Amino acid sequence: MKVGIVRFPGSNCEDDAWHAVVDHLGEEAVILWHKDHDLQGSDVVILPGGFSYGDYLRSGAIARFSPIMNEVEAHAQRGGIVVGICNGFQIACEAGLLPGALLRNDRGYRSMPVTIRVEHTDTAFSAAAHAGQCLTMPIAHGDGRFTADDATLDRLEGEGQVIFRYVDAAGHPTDAANPNGTMRNIAGVCNAARNVIGLMPHPERAMEPLHGSTDGLVLFQSLLATARA
Amino acid sequence: MTSYRVAVHVVPRRGILDPQGKAVTEALHSLGFAAVAEVHVGRHLVIQTVAADAAAAEASVRAMCAKLLANPVTEDFEIASVVAA
Repeated sequence: MKVGIVRFPGSNCEDDAWHAVVDHLGEEAVILWHKDHDLQGSDVVILPGGFSYGDYLRSGAIARFSPIMNEVEAHAQRGGIVVGICNGFQIACEAGLLPGALLRNDRGYRSMPVTIRVEHTDTAFSAAAHAGQCLTMPIAHGDGRFTADDATLDRLEGEGQVIFRYVDAAGHPTDAANPNGTMRNIAGVCNAARNVIGLMPHPERAMEPLHGSTDGLVLFQSLLATARA
Repeated sequence: MTSYRVAVHVVPRRGILDPQGKAVTEALHSLGFAAVAEVHVGRHLVIQTVAADAAAAEASVRAMCAKLLANPVTEDFEIASVVAA
């Protein structure tokens, strides 16, 4: 499996993602420059976290027009796996690869560990987990409040496209467990074809004991499990 | 072709939670501006462009809003002014 990780101006989690793929999965990874037009044979594309273009205009709004996004969108249309983490999730929403939008948190920038519950395991970024599994990993964002109209939210719920939800220690999606005012405690979603997945929490920062949690590993292992299936 | 300065307001769509607007509303209330019902904080963009006429300049900026300047999921925009400049 070869994973291409796009570096936009202002990305800052691409090396963490590279480390997760290369050192924890033992797979090949390559950093892709946003101005290139070549995914270099990547099976999976990761849009990493950071502050692309300084979050100017709206988070992800300018990065989504970076040259390489043409190839990323074509890859997604072919059924290729795309994972957007944090700013990458924002970019994927802006590009229309994922539904909804990520607005300013209702309580400012949040940098803290959260617990998320895996709602569905039929995506390439959740396949190695079990449904209902609770995972601890950090969030670090100011614009993570997932927003869509009620009809869209109902469709996402009905089609099983809400993949990760913020929950409390008992696994319940309570208001107290909601770190940013996101609708229905949504932390991550997938597209209708289920090959594009976006989430605000950072699994690549929860890979080894030094990080304080190793719960991100199972999400990266999902990529491998899917590639080998 | 004439040079135009086009001003655009981009605001959060009504009904969508606007924490920034809410915080400003509460600040105004605490300063004694009790009559303030609500505040919405958006962006004001001024675009200098060239076009055949004012209508073409406005149409061009509307296309910019649809593609980049406003998020169709959560924001509305209005052309505030189009002036030859």
